[in-house]
Amino acid sequence: MYRSHVLVCGGTGCTSSGSQQIMVKLRDELGKQGLSEEVSVVQTGCHGLCALGPIMIIYPDATFYAMVKEEDIPEIVSEHLLKGRPVERLLYDETVTPTGIKALSDTDFYKKQHRIALRNCGVINPEEIEEYIGTGGYQALGKVLTEMTPDDVIQVLLDSGLRGRGGAGFPTGMKWKLAKQNDADQKYVCCNADEGDPGAFMDRSVLEGDPHALLEAMTIAGYAIGASQGFIYVRAEYPIAVDRLKIAIEQAREMELLGDDIFGTGFSFNIDLRLGAGAFVCGEETALMVSIEGNRGEPRPRPPFPAQKGLFGKPTILNNVETYANIPQIILNGPEWFAAMGTEKSKGTKVFALGGKINNTGLVEVPMGTTLREIIEEIGGGIPNGKKFKAAQTGGPSGGCIPTEHYDIPIDYDNLLAIGSMMGSGGLIVMDETDCMVDIAKFFLEFTVEESCGKCTPCRIGTKRMLEILDKVTKGQAKPEDIDRLEELCYYVKANSACGLGQTAPNPVLSTLKYFRDEYNAHIYDKKCPAGVCKALLSYYIDADKCKGCTLCARNCPANAITGSVKNLHVIDPEKCIKCGVCMEKCKFGAVYKK
Amino acid sequence: MENITIKINGMDVSAPAGSTILEAARLAQVEIPTLCFLKDTNEIAACRLCTVEINGGRLAASCVYPINPGLEVKTNTPSLREYRKKTLQLILSNHDRSCLSCVRSGSCELQTLCKEMGVEADDYFDGDKTPSILDESAAHMVRDNSKCILCRRCTAVCEKVQGIGVIGPNDRGFATFIGSAFDMGLGETSCVSCGQCIAVCPTGALYEKSSIDEVTAAIADPAKHVIVQTAPSVRAALGEEFDYPIGTNVEGKMAAALRRLGFDKIFDTNFSADLTIMEEAHEFIERVQHGGVLPMITSCSPGWVKYCEHYFPDMTENLSSCKSPQQMFGAIAKSYYAEKMGIKPEDIVSVSIMPCTAKKFEIGREDQDVNGIADVDYSLTTRELARMIKQAGIRFNNLPDEEFDAPLGIYSGAGVIFGATGGVMEAALRTAVETLTGEELKKLEFTDVRGTEGIKEATYHVGDMDVKVAVASGLGNARDLLNKVKSGEADYHFIEIMGCPGGCVNGGGQPQQPGYVRNTTDIRTLRAKVLYDADAAASIRKSHENPAIKELYATYLGEPGSEKAHHLLHTSYVKRSINNN
Repeated sequence: MYRSHVLVCGGTGCTSSGSQQIMVKLRDELGKQGLSEEVSVVQTGCHGLCALGPIMIIYPDATFYAMVKEEDIPEIVSEHLLKGRPVERLLYDETVTPTGIKALSDTDFYKKQHRIALRNCGVINPEEIEEYIGTGGYQALGKVLTEMTPDDVIQVLLDSGLRGRGGAGFPTGMKWKLAKQNDADQKYVCCNADEGDPGAFMDRSVLEGDPHALLEAMTIAGYAIGASQGFIYVRAEYPIAVDRLKIAIEQAREMELLGDDIFGTGFSFNIDLRLGAGAFVCGEETALMVSIEGNRGEPRPRPPFPAQKGLFGKPTILNNVETYANIPQIILNGPEWFAAMGTEKSKGTKVFALGGKINNTGLVEVPMGTTLREIIEEIGGGIPNGKKFKAAQTGGPSGGCIPTEHYDIPIDYDNLLAIGSMMGSGGLIVMDETDCMVDIAKFFLEFTVEESCGKCTPCRIGTKRMLEILDKVTKGQAKPEDIDRLEELCYYVKANSACGLGQTAPNPVLSTLKYFRDEYNAHIYDKKCPAGVCKALLSYYIDADKCKGCTLCARNCPANAITGSVKNLHVIDPEKCIKCGVCMEKCKFGAVYKK
Repeated sequence: MENITIKINGMDVSAPAGSTILEAARLAQVEIPTLCFLKDTNEIAACRLCTVEINGGRLAASCVYPINPGLEVKTNTPSLREYRKKTLQLILSNHDRSCLSCVRSGSCELQTLCKEMGVEADDYFDGDKTPSILDESAAHMVRDNSKCILCRRCTAVCEKVQGIGVIGPNDRGFATFIGSAFDMGLGETSCVSCGQCIAVCPTGALYEKSSIDEVTAAIADPAKHVIVQTAPSVRAALGEEFDYPIGTNVEGKMAAALRRLGFDKIFDTNFSADLTIMEEAHEFIERVQHGGVLPMITSCSPGWVKYCEHYFPDMTENLSSCKSPQQMFGAIAKSYYAEKMGIKPEDIVSVSIMPCTAKKFEIGREDQDVNGIADVDYSLTTRELARMIKQAGIRFNNLPDEEFDAPLGIYSGAGVIFGATGGVMEAALRTAVETLTGEELKKLEFTDVRGTEGIKEATYHVGDMDVKVAVASGLGNARDLLNKVKSGEADYHFIEIMGCPGGCVNGGGQPQQPGYVRNTTDIRTLRAKVLYDADAAASIRKSHENPAIKELYATYLGEPGSEKAHHLLHTSYVKRSINNN
């Protein structure tokens, strides 16, 4: 019987920062101190506060250590685990108060969160099915198979108001109902674990931290629509997730919670993995199915819709990982519980991946209707370095930016659509005044141009031409007519593209044009980048008042662009300067500036 | 099948359930423009030219969108017209727009659409172009990706219809290009040269390698005796290049044009088709009576032969050892004819006009020569002949009808039907049945093997034997048929296979018809009808009754299957592998 549990985050973020080595060192040190029988080391999924990784939580006191290094382990073991004295310097600073250690759930980061999809992440060891069962896992499946009919299950989902978390927000109950209605000798349940949006890692955390929730939900889905086979299409760039899923499937099969005759009810369901091959477009519903079929991942025309004719021509449902992660809880707690959270048309919670200019980068799960201000300033800890909020991008390359005028917008599917953005899968990139909105639009468009499958004319050629125009803008080579041409193309590509990738690729451009036209105008008419980002429009200068002639900049310039002698003013030659910014970094007197 | 009523441009239109918007609109006499759409072959909604507004604004690709009750469609709003122009302008921005020197100028579907849709600025969206290199590695054709619009019709025909799939999309996005696997040139792959990809290509991206210059040089060379043979299918389609309706027999004008081009003798492949029947019927009877390899499979389609060598190499023994009519003609021209006319074989330039691109590959094959001299020197497609005629300024439509020259221009009706799927079988049966039974056939039409279905079967009682025959056209059908033979599911005696779906009348070298014609017109049946009508009107309808053939055997070859016949008129095959030339 252990007296203490040390939970170490084994998510991708913390693993990259060395959490695996930390666990090895920990077990090693515990062994040396003779504590191996008293203290257990548990690898968990992501806690969400990725900015502070590697993360370690020690129970029973719930001490939250942040940015732990391998060198810290001997001290943690001997001070905290042996002598019961927490190592103050490693504690998450917000939890340290004059009156004692604050509970994690009371910190700004966690107190407004409501973790449903993420409930087990950071709590259980995802490689032990017993721990999943220990937190109520597979009870929902048991209830479904022994107490509910397929129609009951679908009704629960309809009543809960759950909408697809992959981005489009289609009512999940409705999708399952349509598939159930179509008779066929074989039906399929698919999970979209391709998570291609840059900056999004919500699904990754569920897959790594709580894979059984997905398996359980897919089995429930199979029962509801009459399918006996499921496929999880997971991107190959998530090797930890792939491993955890394989282990979970193996363990579920061993316990007969997957496979033939589950719970002895006669219902059989199998789940197999299919790995992606590096194409964002394969996150599109029909392209994903074409990819599973072994063909080039290009979307198919709809109708017919997958509920009627999907994978291998059979009725198929495809849902996102996060959508599935909510389902066991909805079954157990009832649809009213879920519908009590959120807004009128967007029920429940949403997981967001906070990135960009924000202090608390990581994963958060909040009720729908939480405002952008709350997410960024309260939960997210605000913008670092004293900068001001400029815009937030939701929906990744398919979404639009939300400017300060909509800072208090309650986040839900319809509100975001109304202002020219979209919920998307949950990526939320925060921008401050040092971000150039034209450059941001270009960044996302570069992504969609790279990822276009190339089948249809508007997306294959149209987005490329849009990017060429944006590139000219950032180089100060664009004319006013180019913006007209850009807008024409945006509307054309949006209306004519064959699938969601092309149909939403213009969104970042259109929304930045709508809310930040003055920045575009500065690039075109003044040949200036107000945010100081677009290299071609910037020049680096040395302030004569501040320069001490220390020669540090000249010595570090990779292009030999700075001239000057000791103790004399140094000058940058604009012809040679490659705008790398090294001089600005090196100068100890703040004499280098760009404009 | 019940009808559904929808609204198109405000008008009620009733169409069968399961129709697409494109089909329903056609019933209302509205032809929505399409580019990538090829019915039953390429239905991928890629080009977006056919988008229409449905139910108040959203766009749908009309070529694949199924109609439903209450659907309201608009096909011609101002914004749709703008969108169509933009689609074309975007395609043009990544296209080598040298129409003036392009072989498809005048018949290019992109060019036609730009004109019809009123595209005014062809450079409006110019920017980077996807880099491309010309692929000239294949014997029969050139691939020019700088003119490719990525409609995928070539890929669809090669993969789905022909069951081969040596070309397809590589890479993705703006960098997408059509090519073979592992950067191989087409000539390095197991492409069979059928040219179906060229037949369905809407632009000048795919075209046959031309021998027009060599042929005109030979004609201009006084030391050369240039003879030409024309395949049966050419006369059934050549007229299409001169605005005649599909299915017009222009045999007389064709002969007249060839004469005016300066060929020394105008002969007919129909003659050597009869010759092929003589040899092949004999071979078949031999195999049946002496336990030879059965089923015997025809070998006049070089695309099919190359396919057999790559994909069914263990069945090359089933192939008839007979050369194709084109090649038999060349062999006889440079032996029998040369001797008869006192001309040295080296001075004869033997040219063929074929509905086929694989013939360009065939002339270079091993064992398609006699004593080191190639049977046929140049093979031109029907399209190339049309170009030669136009370049010479010959007013085809005003020409009188003329005859072929003797003796190699005399043919029977059995020879003429070679161009249609089932034609070779029917011609062979006419001779084989009479030879085996010794009795005159009462009915010469073997209608069970006629028609454009992919695979046809029939059993004929001949003497004391039930002869089981099968006919396949299109290599996907050939594959299905041969798999049945291999598995033992079928036991045919004699099989006719033609590489092109519908037979040579739909060959890779025939005049190209644009997508909207292919989608709405049965060009195979229309062209084949020319041949069956010519057969019905012919005075001699059996190969063994062709007097020129009878004289050839009597004075030169001896008997069908004689040693001389074997030396001149039979060939051998190679076992090849896949993805390897």
